[in-house]
Amino acid sequence: MKSQWKKYKQNKLAQGIFLLIYIGITSLSLFMAQRSVTAFLLLLSSLLLLYFTNFKNLTKWLIAGIVLVFLLPFTASNGDAYQSYMEVATLVGIYISMALGLNIVVGMTGLLDLGFIAFFAVGAYTYGIFATAQAANFMPFGSFPLSGESFWIFILIGCFVAAIFGLLLGIPVLRVKGDYLAIVTLGFGEIIRIIFNNLDRPLNITNGAMGIASVTPPRLFGIDFLYPSQFYYIVLVILLFTIFTVRRFEHSKIGRSWKAVRENEIAAQAMGVPLVRTKLMAFAIGASFSGMMGVVFAAKQAFVDPTSFTLLESITILVMVILGGMGSVPGVILGAAVMTILNLQVLTEVTNWLNQLNSTGVFSIPDALSPSKMQRLIFGLLLILFALYRPKGLLPAKNHVYNEKELQEGCTKDNGDNLKSIPEHSQIEKAQEV
Amino acid sequence: MSILEVQNLTKKFGGITANQDVSMTVEKNSITAVIGPNGAGKTTFFNMITGVYQPTTGMILLENEKLIGLKPHEVSKKGIARTFQNIRLFSEMSVLENVLVGMHTHIKAGLVGILFNLPAIRKEEKASEVKAYQLLEYVGLAPLLNEKACNLSYGAQRRLEIARALAAKPKVLLLDEPAAGMNPKETNELTQLIKRIRHEYNLTVILIEHDMKLVMEISEHIVVLDHGEKIAEGKPEDIRNNPKVIEAYLGTGAVQAG
Ligand SMILES: Nc1ncnc2c1ncn2[C@@H]1O[C@H](COP(=O)(O)OP(=O)(O)OP(=O)(O)O)[C@@H](O)[C@H]1O
Ligand SMILES: [Mg+2]
Repeated sequence: MKSQWKKYKQNKLAQGIFLLIYIGITSLSLFMAQRSVTAFLLLLSSLLLLYFTNFKNLTKWLIAGIVLVFLLPFTASNGDAYQSYMEVATLVGIYISMALGLNIVVGMTGLLDLGFIAFFAVGAYTYGIFATAQAANFMPFGSFPLSGESFWIFILIGCFVAAIFGLLLGIPVLRVKGDYLAIVTLGFGEIIRIIFNNLDRPLNITNGAMGIASVTPPRLFGIDFLYPSQFYYIVLVILLFTIFTVRRFEHSKIGRSWKAVRENEIAAQAMGVPLVRTKLMAFAIGASFSGMMGVVFAAKQAFVDPTSFTLLESITILVMVILGGMGSVPGVILGAAVMTILNLQVLTEVTNWLNQLNSTGVFSIPDALSPSKMQRLIFGLLLILFALYRPKGLLPAKNHVYNEKELQEGCTKDNGDNLKSIPEHSQIEKAQEV
Repeated sequence: MSILEVQNLTKKFGGITANQDVSMTVEKNSITAVIGPNGAGKTTFFNMITGVYQPTTGMILLENEKLIGLKPHEVSKKGIARTFQNIRLFSEMSVLENVLVGMHTHIKAGLVGILFNLPAIRKEEKASEVKAYQLLEYVGLAPLLNEKACNLSYGAQRRLEIARALAAKPKVLLLDEPAAGMNPKETNELTQLIKRIRHEYNLTVILIEHDMKLVMEISEHIVVLDHGEKIAEGKPEDIRNNPKVIEAYLGTGAVQAG
């Protein structure tokens, strides 16, 4: 058994065949048996299977692309549950992006942030205000709502505005550490929500607790984006951008300085890493992903109100990062996907099922105990279990593995321009004799 | 020619005077040792030079440039690198990454370059990796490049700190008790390493050390601190026979052993 597993782990062909069969069966069953949440989830988990193959990165990306761009939307499109599947898939994408942003702040830089949802809110309100008549209340020029074509620019604007709010949060917060930092960020998140809740007087900017309704849908080449199946593609593109960006940063000077600050602030500074700049950059870049997704969220819901941005949301995203694996990009992606699906699909399905049992009289549980109402309890239990048994998360963070051979070859080619080249061994010995 | 000039440095922590009126001149390309009993203020002295603490009064000049008021990362940019008495590696990062962080100020890559993965940035990154690897070879840690820093042995961690400091291409290298916790064989290798570094990187080295054999063998100039004050300075043989130093720190045994 074990030796066969070992063989499988090394054999790309076997992996490929297995993956193909798996994807084939799950997508076929999703296509045939519509409304089957299981089939939908199984098809999504083929990506996890893919992650564990030995294929080249490019191949992995290509296969994932085919599954996400064609297979998933197509096989799900056969029945009336289509839009609800795509809604789940879209939300998964939105949450992954946010979790990746928070992962930069919490996982890589080690700054505990309990108010992260604020940046999502900022993005959502940025589009919400200008894509409705709301902006006419305070803008001296221009006609509002802006057209649906402006949505695409607003993704960028949302990104920048959120980044600026990230900097604003960063400046006062940099003086505090650890528990204090958590409290200050928590306060920041709540303040932003309360400001949006109360900014209807004296000048009506956010329309207060009533929220902003009828947000203009995005428009491209004369087509309005109205359904989750359309937003799915917008989210997919932004998500891909997010993942690529995070990966680039992770293995660069900037990513290393984030981790260095997390590991040891004093040593990082002594090595020339500017503390304030590095932390601010983490806050701003992390926030910007959330801001972009906030814009998409506002357009997708066509409605923005403060209740979408509560502390529980901030904590949910934090739980995604912790469960997935702090600082681990694949881990956080998995954590966010699992949590979102658990939240939206599994809990509601179980509740529906229990309700059915209830109504047929087989079994009866009080309404207060229905699983969808126990979300917080379940998150809490999960957190405790993970803290005890898997403190590094589902897929723990790994360091980049450098290829020693390549570096050695680099050494022989390199003539040592800046650093003094390493002298021949005989020379070293001579130097010692002197 | 002097490279580092310290004038009348005083540091007070509330009621404690950790450094009192300490002055010294460090010659370029020399090895200077700072010695003294526990709590004499040696580490505090290093912390002031590297910008971790601001001195209460006094002046620090590196090649006639003031270092007072600079943040630690700015001091690092000016050309001073250090190691720490209580090892401060980036424990969860790999050995090679630790050295790469040391190169921070010399890697030019910016936000945009990294985001678009420009060819120049990729090339720079590759070159930095090769240089980091060379430094690991130099301190004898090359085979461990992908190991987590916290998994290294004590002696290896100290050598990694030296490699990381060298990566910053300093003019002056400060070593805070580099031989602490090492066995005699490791200490001997370290002694050779420090000598080599000084020659081949054309560095000025200042080190704090309690191992008198190492100090006497390696240094050209010794400064003795006691209760925050400089009680003596000079050549090793002068210090060894200085009655004040013997009383405050070395004890009579050390003279015979040395
Ligand atoms: N941040 C600080 N706050 C208050 N007192 C301090 C601080 N840092 C150092 N001191 C005090 O300053 C004095 C000198 O400490 P320092 O660490 O410089 O000694 P040292 O010579 O390096 O000793 P050792 O050989 O044990 O490393 C000690 O009395 C110490 O308690
Ligand atoms: Mg000390």
